[in-house]
Amino acid sequence: MGGDYWLIANQRAELKLNSNTVTMSLTNTEKTIIVSIWAKIATHVDSIGVEALERLFASYPQTKTYFPHFDLHPDSAQLRSHGSKVANAIGDAVKNIDNIEKALAKLSELHAYILRVDPVNFKLLSHSFLVTIAAHYPAEFTAEAHAAWDKFLSIVSSVLTEKYR
Amino acid sequence: MFVIPSRLNAPQCLRKDHGISKASMQKRNRERLLVVYPWTQRFFDSFGNLSSASAILGNPKVKAHGKKVLTSLGDAVKNLDNLKGTFSKLSELHCDKLHVDPENFRLLGNVLIVVLAIHFGKEFTPEIQAAWQKLVAGVATALAHKYH
Repeated sequence: MGGDYWLIANQRAELKLNSNTVTMSLTNTEKTIIVSIWAKIATHVDSIGVEALERLFASYPQTKTYFPHFDLHPDSAQLRSHGSKVANAIGDAVKNIDNIEKALAKLSELHAYILRVDPVNFKLLSHSFLVTIAAHYPAEFTAEAHAAWDKFLSIVSSVLTEKYR
Repeated sequence: MFVIPSRLNAPQCLRKDHGISKASMQKRNRERLLVVYPWTQRFFDSFGNLSSASAILGNPKVKAHGKKVLTSLGDAVKNLDNLKGTFSKLSELHCDKLHVDPENFRLLGNVLIVVLAIHFGKEFTPEIQAAWQKLVAGVATALAHKYH
């Protein structure tokens, strides 16, 4: 009986070591908060995405090195299009909050094999998103909401860098 | 660490012209750090009840400490050209007595930025944010400068 237990426990430990699954998970309260704030964002998701990118490039100019081919002036067509893309991808993660890995599987491969954005930059973009949401929704962005969103974006970042090596 | 002169005004003008209650900002900043990054509570064992967001928000020791920290940040704004000198003693304190990992200074700096965004909304433009990011990064570096 004791031996069986150790065998199963070790198999489980091995499975965990071999899998790349994200270990953080959202509570139901956190999911509710994230979904409700997203509902407000959804009405102007493109401009939120653009603003997050503008904040990223202004505060962390080194992130512009990933966009040598872009016109990064405020309100450029490329910036608007990319801001929209990024924000909508986050929206997909929200809509599939119970299985973010599956929802972002293609994006995860894109980032790992084609884009290869250094993982440090996901924290910078996440922070830029948090600041954008805070500026637009001060009343809703309580400490709990801030914590939930920080955790959520952290999970999204983990999923996107999961296949890097 | 250089701060471009035209941006120097950003931190000062936000603080002076907008009459934001210093007390309310201090409280919000510190309590937010402890809620959003709960592992930062490790430094505050003597603070009593930090078991939930509402406990933290109502904790008088948290409030008092927030005031201390933000007063210090006020010193930074007055001494933008000499952050390392201004924070020299505090740096030694955080290393030798408090044993705080400097990563925590960066976390707190970013939480402060979010609190500023909440207070100032659209006025907290990307450019003003960038100036404040430089300031908090400079303070974090200055606080870590004397670590050994």
